[in-house]
Amino acid sequence: MPVLEVNDLSVAFAQYESGLRRKELTVISGLNVSVGSGEILAVVGSSGSGKSLLAHAILGILPGNARLAGTIRYRGETLTPARQAELRGAELALVPQAVTFLDPLMRVGRQVRLAARGSDPTAAQRAVFARYNLPPAVEKLYPFELSGGMARRVLVSTAVVSGAQVVIADEPTPGLDEAALRETLGFFREMADAGRAVMLITHDIEAALRVADRIAVFYAGTTIEVARAEDFADTGESLRHPYSQALWRALPRNGFIPLAGFQPANCNLVAGCSFQPRCPRAATECAKAEPPPRVLRGGMVRCHYAS
Amino acid sequence: MQWRNVTVFLAGKCLRMATLLTALCLLSFFLLRLSPIDPVQAYVGADMLQVGPEQRARIAEYWGLDKPPVEQFLHWASAVVRGDFGTSMIFRRPVLSVIGERFGASLFLMGAAWLLSGLVGFTLGVIAGMRRDTWVDRMIKWYCCTLASTPTFWLGLLVLTVFAVWLGWFPVGMGVPAGLLAHEVTLGDRLHHLVLPVLTLSVLGVANVALHTREKLIDVLASDYVLFARARGEAGMTLFWRHGFRNVVLPALTLQFASFSELFGGAVLAEQVFSYPGLGQTIVEAGLRGDVPLLLGVVLFSALFVFSGNLIADLLYRIVDPRIREGAGV
Ligand code: SF4
Repeated sequence: MPVLEVNDLSVAFAQYESGLRRKELTVISGLNVSVGSGEILAVVGSSGSGKSLLAHAILGILPGNARLAGTIRYRGETLTPARQAELRGAELALVPQAVTFLDPLMRVGRQVRLAARGSDPTAAQRAVFARYNLPPAVEKLYPFELSGGMARRVLVSTAVVSGAQVVIADEPTPGLDEAALRETLGFFREMADAGRAVMLITHDIEAALRVADRIAVFYAGTTIEVARAEDFADTGESLRHPYSQALWRALPRNGFIPLAGFQPANCNLVAGCSFQPRCPRAATECAKAEPPPRVLRGGMVRCHYAS
Repeated sequence: MQWRNVTVFLAGKCLRMATLLTALCLLSFFLLRLSPIDPVQAYVGADMLQVGPEQRARIAEYWGLDKPPVEQFLHWASAVVRGDFGTSMIFRRPVLSVIGERFGASLFLMGAAWLLSGLVGFTLGVIAGMRRDTWVDRMIKWYCCTLASTPTFWLGLLVLTVFAVWLGWFPVGMGVPAGLLAHEVTLGDRLHHLVLPVLTLSVLGVANVALHTREKLIDVLASDYVLFARARGEAGMTLFWRHGFRNVVLPALTLQFASFSELFGGAVLAEQVFSYPGLGQTIVEAGLRGDVPLLLGVVLFSALFVFSGNLIADLLYRIVDPRIREGAGV
């Protein structure tokens, strides 16, 4: 049984246009993902496509004007906003991407201790700092005094001391060099190996492939395919969706074959399959009906013609 | 902490202060020369008809008014540098002792108003920011925006009419009850006389801090670090005390210190309305009656007062905010 299961999730924002006409802007629609303990699931999609909102929806920290539909289950139990509030920071933890997520006026040691749920926060914080090679003096520093590497380790520490069983990392590897990237990905592998369920939300498919067990490909507000990491191989024929294949072939090591066109900014702009305007395999059926998610070769795909 | 930097900073500020004061003295001195008020006439007042030309000349000579303006200024300035501000024409006492006494009374008034408006304003701002877009927030915003456009003297008159004239709860004016000897005046009497002017000043002072704090808190609540704090399970007042308070209290304090000029300006008007014998009333009197030494003294003193407020505001940031305190320097 998966530890965390997201079914048919939709997130929409109420917007008021000129006058009082209310409009709903759907940014996530019909999204399904699940992650089990000991596993890393990477959610891969291009930057600015609303992937962070998935993390915020799971934690229940979306802004007030957001409307949410679908179900989120933790160990089989459907999460209500009240239950999310209880689990946040205790069972569900977020690893944010940048140092701006730390309070600028509080020493980082204290911030990590505040995240700890055990009986001795100070000991927990010192232990995790020691494990991540953060010198003891770091706990007395303010966020602006941290180097990029220290900041990343401090952010990861907050998740570790909380003891949460589900760790959601939102874009944790922005523009890192090789050594830093390897280190950061190692942190998440370690967490998964310790039995946690890790969801890695990123735009960097290569980084995701190095560490993830499964990859969910995010396009126009939904997951269009969930594949095993091994499916991303050779020319991509094991992949189920034309977009995943295009994403794979656009990588430098696979020939850098670009995909023309743009991803729609939000859901429901395109009738039928949202990938249809850019799809090399599109047929008449594609413009008529949105492809439903279906299980295929141990993964999931949303495409009428995938086989 | 980088004390060396703070010292350099302070030295720079003092230099600025000195130039500012010099310029201010020059300006006020020559503005007064240009004013149509004849100091001798102002000094003698209603007895003017009984004073002959020779007597006038003697008075002018006594005050040094017969010398050319530049000489007068230099004479005055060199005395000031030695710590002698001269003698007030109206009070016939050393300027410094007049200022000292009046400033004491004003300090009481301004200090009480400053504290009260700061505390109330900050609290209102926090409530409005935490309960954004609810009716509480709208009420507070409405109150502040109304107050921000209310003239001090008008509010003073209103308060006076309602509480002193209609209800009779408080005295109509003055700093102490009329007809009592100085040693008969109790602290209770003084406080009783202070209530209405303090009320007027603080009711007005609230608006600025409250609106500013509300804006800051809304920014803070929308920040990444508050989002992350919420992701860690923090909420409500815990979240406010841990991350909201320290991030909004510093800007509020700074604003409160930097608003010494508004405070002083408000006090001048409020003291007029309530005939409260403070520095504000003194400056008006000195101006109207051409008491040059006293006026210049008060101008210098009030500039120093406002400047110290700004200086404290700057220093607060340097000492309290770790980003500046432990950062690259001042
Ligand atoms: S449903 Fe049609 S348009 Fe969409 S991905 Fe499949 S083939 Fe392409």
